[in-house]
Amino acid sequence: MSDLTNLSLAEAAKGLEKKEFSSLEITKAHIEQIEKLDDGLNCYITRTPEIALKQAAESDKRRASGKAGYLEGCPIGIKDLFCTDGVQTTAASKILEGFKPQYESTVTAKLFADGAVMLGKLNLDEFAMGSSNTTSAYGNVISPWKRNDGSNADLTPGGSSGGSAAAVSARLCLAATGTDTGGSIRQPAAFCGIAGIKPTYGRVSRWGVVAFASSLDQAGSFGRNLEDAAMLLKSMSGFDPKDSTCADKPVPDFAAALKQSPKGLKVGIPKEYRVEGMPKEIEDIWQKGIDWLKAEGAEIVDVSLPHTKYGLPVYYIIAPAECSSNLARYDGVRYGLRVDGKDLNETYEKTRAAGFGDEVKRRIMVGSYVLSAGYYDAYYIKAQKVRRLILNDFLEAYKQCDVILAPSTPSAAFAIGENEDDPIKMYLNDVFTVTVNLAGLPGLSVPAGINEQGLPLGLQLIGRPWDEETIIRAGGAIERAANFTAIPSLLKAKKAA
Amino acid sequence: MDLQTIKKVATLARLQMEDAELEAVRVKLGNIMKFVEQLSEVNTDNVEPLANVVDIKLRLREDVVNDGNQQQKVLANAPEQMEGFFVVSKVVE
Repeated sequence: MSDLTNLSLAEAAKGLEKKEFSSLEITKAHIEQIEKLDDGLNCYITRTPEIALKQAAESDKRRASGKAGYLEGCPIGIKDLFCTDGVQTTAASKILEGFKPQYESTVTAKLFADGAVMLGKLNLDEFAMGSSNTTSAYGNVISPWKRNDGSNADLTPGGSSGGSAAAVSARLCLAATGTDTGGSIRQPAAFCGIAGIKPTYGRVSRWGVVAFASSLDQAGSFGRNLEDAAMLLKSMSGFDPKDSTCADKPVPDFAAALKQSPKGLKVGIPKEYRVEGMPKEIEDIWQKGIDWLKAEGAEIVDVSLPHTKYGLPVYYIIAPAECSSNLARYDGVRYGLRVDGKDLNETYEKTRAAGFGDEVKRRIMVGSYVLSAGYYDAYYIKAQKVRRLILNDFLEAYKQCDVILAPSTPSAAFAIGENEDDPIKMYLNDVFTVTVNLAGLPGLSVPAGINEQGLPLGLQLIGRPWDEETIIRAGGAIERAANFTAIPSLLKAKKAA
Repeated sequence: MDLQTIKKVATLARLQMEDAELEAVRVKLGNIMKFVEQLSEVNTDNVEPLANVVDIKLRLREDVVNDGNQQQKVLANAPEQMEGFFVVSKVVE
């Protein structure tokens, strides 16, 4: 039997269906891979091998009795922002250490109903705030990729869904859930050489997902190819009466869109994304993407998104404002950490001082400031107005094109520690991704090539609201043309040994 | 941005901070606020604020009790509980 951890999610589902192997076998293979590699990578905050083996055994029983679900028996990882009944859910924060939800998030409930097996809870930036997975209270996640210059520097897997992306890339699960508030699925997918889809806001229920910025947060999926990410997304999606912003719309068979050629699609190229100082390798991969789609019969159209440069400043008002409101719930009374003070106010202040990390505190402070009396209109309302202009830019552009092609990130993965002293520079990571959240649009990142240092580069496709199928269709064409077969340095080294 | 303002914001946010920490936050917050200043150059006259991108109406559900009797679950993660209640330090003198 070949190494079961190298199968794609689609291949695994097929193999299980044909009974070439059991869920127990493929689950055990992944547990072994986690035991072998994850002490070095730190992808999982909580490993749940007992639950995985139990779920796998139950899955094999269901399979035997002819009751197999869409993801029956497939072992996956769950970002530790999704509440899981009875299993510690930390949001990578000390303030939630030991917190065991008494309910199941809608997303994990749907995945389990489709037969998925949970290997554990994946590391992230604290409360999903970060782009490098270095703000987790449970330590940095290390990318399985290394530069080929012999420097051996540990690289970031990106963030905030860094554990999810690194785990999928290192074969520590077949696929994984993520969340994307400003680029937290697409950027780590690009850095780790895998596919990631952030669907339209409202496509996936946020119920039971620890909240960061509620008007921007959206759950999505990671896979080693688009088909896998599309399959996982299908299982996660759909109406949920428990989330008032979750849309009552039919869920398409996302993976089926991969079978369609991009012929006739109008692909928009936003001129404002040619930012100053963009590395040549990013410009080159973008051009390749344009050429690939053109060769497949797509029509390339120049479009303009004039308010792009305001995306980051708008994001850095709206996200902290919503974060400061959402995180007000951590008061040391109902759940999580408590540090006692001399009175209730001091208990709040000490609890929150001890429980939150620096980046989270900084964002709470920004949010409290922009929402405070006298500043609300100047900052928050102003940002919401510019947010509408950003949405209008996209709606205008979609009169001329069906889908937008852009780089996923302004660079390949950087080393851990780089950019850390300068929050603005760190935030620039999200320059190509945040506007998509502000406008609530679907976006994906697909691996498109390798740079001179041997690191993956991703391309991003952005679609109309509710039109995930077109970005998957166009992304599929790029995936076929790019024929990305590189594997992380860590796995190469293992193979050679 | 002066230290007094930062102190006030920290109180509003219920975050206890030492002076050194307040000073570090003052510098970083100042940089971020300087960065977002550029929004003032955008003309937003007659633009409606966008609070929610979802093009669907918020639903109303029937006004009936559909959940409850979960006292133990609600209290399961409480740092301190007694006789079915959350316990906090004394708030009335």
